[in-house]
Amino acid sequence: MEWEVVIGLEIHAQLATKSKIFSGSSTAFGAEPNTQASAVDLGLPGVLPVFNEEALRMAVKFGLAIDAHIGKRSVFDRKNYFYPDLPKGYQITQLHEPIVGLGHVDIVLDDGSTKRINITRAHLEEDAGKSLHEDFQGMTGIDLNRAGTPLLEIVSEPEIRSAKEAAAYFRKIHGIMTYLGICDGDLSQGSMRCDCNVSLRPKGQEKFGTRTEIKNVNSFKFVEKAIEAEIARQMDILEDGGRIIQETRLYDANKDETRSMRSKEVANDYRYFPDPDLLPVVIDDSYIDAVRNTLPELPDQKKQRFMDEQGLSAYDATVLSATRPMADYFESAAKICGDFKLAANWVMGELSAALNKSGELGIENSPVNATQLGQILLRIKDNTISAGGAKKVFQAIWDGEGSDVDGLIDSLGLKQVSDTSAIEAIVDDILNKNTAQVEQYVNAEPDKRGKMTGFFVGQIMKASKGTANPAVVNEILKSKLDAKIGG
Amino acid sequence: MHNKTIAQIAKDLENKVYSSVEITQHFLKRIEEQDKTLNSFITVTAENALQEAKNADNLRAKGEASVWTGIPMAHKDIFCTDGVLTSCGSKMLSNFVAPYDATVVSNFKQAGAVSLGKTNMDEFAMGSSNETSYFGAVKNPWDTSRVPGGSSGGSAAAVAGRLTPGATASDTGGSIRQPAALCGVTGLKPTYGLVSRWGMIAYASSLDQGGPIAQTAEDCAMMLNVMASFDTKDSTSIERPKQDYTASLNNSIAGKTIGLPKEYFSKDLDPAMAAAVRAAVSEFEKMGCKVKEISLPNTHLAIPAYYVVAPAECSANLSRMDGVRFGHRCENPKDLEDLYKRSRAEGFGKEVQRRIMVGAYALSAGFYDAYYVKAQKIRRLIKNDFVAAFKDVDIIMGPVTPSPAFKIGENTSDPIAMYLEDIFTIALNLAGLPGMSVPAGMVNGLPVGLQLIGNYWDEAQMLNIAHQFQLATDWHKQAPAGV
Repeated sequence: MEWEVVIGLEIHAQLATKSKIFSGSSTAFGAEPNTQASAVDLGLPGVLPVFNEEALRMAVKFGLAIDAHIGKRSVFDRKNYFYPDLPKGYQITQLHEPIVGLGHVDIVLDDGSTKRINITRAHLEEDAGKSLHEDFQGMTGIDLNRAGTPLLEIVSEPEIRSAKEAAAYFRKIHGIMTYLGICDGDLSQGSMRCDCNVSLRPKGQEKFGTRTEIKNVNSFKFVEKAIEAEIARQMDILEDGGRIIQETRLYDANKDETRSMRSKEVANDYRYFPDPDLLPVVIDDSYIDAVRNTLPELPDQKKQRFMDEQGLSAYDATVLSATRPMADYFESAAKICGDFKLAANWVMGELSAALNKSGELGIENSPVNATQLGQILLRIKDNTISAGGAKKVFQAIWDGEGSDVDGLIDSLGLKQVSDTSAIEAIVDDILNKNTAQVEQYVNAEPDKRGKMTGFFVGQIMKASKGTANPAVVNEILKSKLDAKIGG
Repeated sequence: MHNKTIAQIAKDLENKVYSSVEITQHFLKRIEEQDKTLNSFITVTAENALQEAKNADNLRAKGEASVWTGIPMAHKDIFCTDGVLTSCGSKMLSNFVAPYDATVVSNFKQAGAVSLGKTNMDEFAMGSSNETSYFGAVKNPWDTSRVPGGSSGGSAAAVAGRLTPGATASDTGGSIRQPAALCGVTGLKPTYGLVSRWGMIAYASSLDQGGPIAQTAEDCAMMLNVMASFDTKDSTSIERPKQDYTASLNNSIAGKTIGLPKEYFSKDLDPAMAAAVRAAVSEFEKMGCKVKEISLPNTHLAIPAYYVVAPAECSANLSRMDGVRFGHRCENPKDLEDLYKRSRAEGFGKEVQRRIMVGAYALSAGFYDAYYVKAQKIRRLIKNDFVAAFKDVDIIMGPVTPSPAFKIGENTSDPIAMYLEDIFTIALNLAGLPGMSVPAGMVNGLPVGLQLIGNYWDEAQMLNIAHQFQLATDWHKQAPAGV
């Protein structure tokens, strides 16, 4: 049978507020356990939550970026369940009246076409703490540093049809969040986590099949692999005439398979009700407009601009606008040298290759920063150095041999000689020293001569220690050789 | 000395009639002697109190004293006090030493008051008799075989027994007014949002409000001056200009219109109580007030709505008492579920468990709309009744309780009878209105309370009216035998 895959993602993104969503504690990652947990985060008797308005601003920003309906009145609810890392015995979240309503994003498919994925809603909630099962001799340790970190839960419509689309959608949301500066986007630290709802149905059937939920997938690659594995598992069962059990599953990257997280899945009754400690959050158009005015240019807009104004190809524009650090790097280098195409070639070529080779480096901590690359390219543009010289400067900075572009050009002796009389002297000298080759050149068939100039250029560049401007060399060389043929 | 009011003590301290240490020692001695019988305190912080009194006397010697400097008082054990046991009357928190001060507590500290200790209460403020306290029932000083009311029974009994001139309290469905009435003292439940709930252990967050219990309206005004404060740590605290509630106590109340809700004089009310209340109202007529019968047609819905909303909120509020981070934890838990179940079964008393279960049921899928949502709609109806009534009257008066203090044990086997104790008080909490209980007569040798219901934020006028009544009568000066 032919099956259709139905996927919906719930992405939990930690908002980059300085303090927690309902307390003044810091949200910084990696502190000693329970050192960033106040009385509120510990859920001590008598404490009360106070909503951090910064989280509201960020959520509205996201809503505007996905062209969503913004809830002018949103309400916090209590979701009741017991778990040791949930200090109050309930999580404060938004059920019926979320801050962000229906919105959408467009993803680019492999064939280059775009697909719109609708986003049902995005709501604010608090993160739980962490249960630590190792190192406690059969007991469980609780770290409440993370408890109360603001989360934006972004729920897609079940409109995703493949693991690849799911990964593209996750990347897209990641790009928007980091562009907006409302999430640090660091997947390895759990800044964005994804729950994947996956089901299969016979092609053409309207009714959804039974779904499973893969919890807490935290990389683009794993989203794709986990969903692939789950699709394969479900298909095997369905093809054999079996039934899918609605359950929560975990992806095991080592075995590349999903496994059941809770064998006895009891439908939890969370007994939601509006949190009486918090007032409804009411905002008006002027608030929304003020936030709108702070929106940066978003990936889609930037891509369009790169294509329309700078003449970049769709592919280059997509790559260079995909993440904010990439786009920021590219644009500032391009602005310094004044040539977007040259900058595009270098960022996607020399720089990307170097970063890839290094393995772990991201563009934001590239040893050659955007200003330095821009200056290197500027020196190509103004003929101070050759492309080859530029690579040497780039490498020198990368290797930590210096940071001042012009200083390195001097100390490495890379400054091009464009002075025609100086170059003429060298050309004459080389031609005089290599009369045999000149002879060959003159006697060669005209269409073979082009190749033969390489020898002279090489000699000239060597004599000038690589500093002669190749364009000037070529021009002078050609006119001198032509003169010999003519003569 | 112990019959002195807060206002008198303030004057005496100012005039150096005695020192703060002396008056503090006096009350500590009274607690030591009398509280074996009354059981109105859970914790007495004698050493702290004497230190605070010494500091107060030093301040006064330096000429830096203000009104409250050195005045002894007590806190209901629902208010977190830094470094002091804060049990909320429960076994669950019988080992909980709060690491911070409630805003109400820090307000009194900053004002220079001396805290004698923490008063007894119904467990987690759930009760109308103070019999649900893990630390034992509190006795009514007027008749120690009777209840003092609840849940702030410890605060009311301590003031009535003259073990403290004033005490903080809290009111979710009548927990300040009912015990004040049964103990013959004055209590005030402020407008919701006037007194910060930070550090006041939550029972039902949308109904809970802290307030004072003292001998007189004037003392309540003085306490409210300290308690009322806008607090950014409580999102339901409302920012308003700071008011001096003592400033208008002596205003004339002639010409004020008093509304008497006909629903409050129903068959549920003991005729002797009704007579006492009517007699009190006629005192106001003598002072030039007009009396008007009004109707609050949804009064009968208050108790059913309350017993959905309050348990629903408490079922979530008390979830944090899970034996994991603080409070009672069962011995040798087998696993996580066993830890939760036994810690909570052992730590909570029956009434608390009953309300948690009622609340969890009312919130459960399939019942939420029928119970919780409907109860919230009733709240609006009840509020609308009052808003309509206040278009025609300045203040509403009625009884606080259907009858005087009942015997200890009399209502314990019948929760419904116990719930009906709050029939006249609960509507205010649902509406968020301020109310008072003022001593207004005696029935069978037991005090009767007159309830004053003010409009929103109208505490000053309510206190003014209560104070004028106390200038004209001496019910509030009567003390239990032997005091």
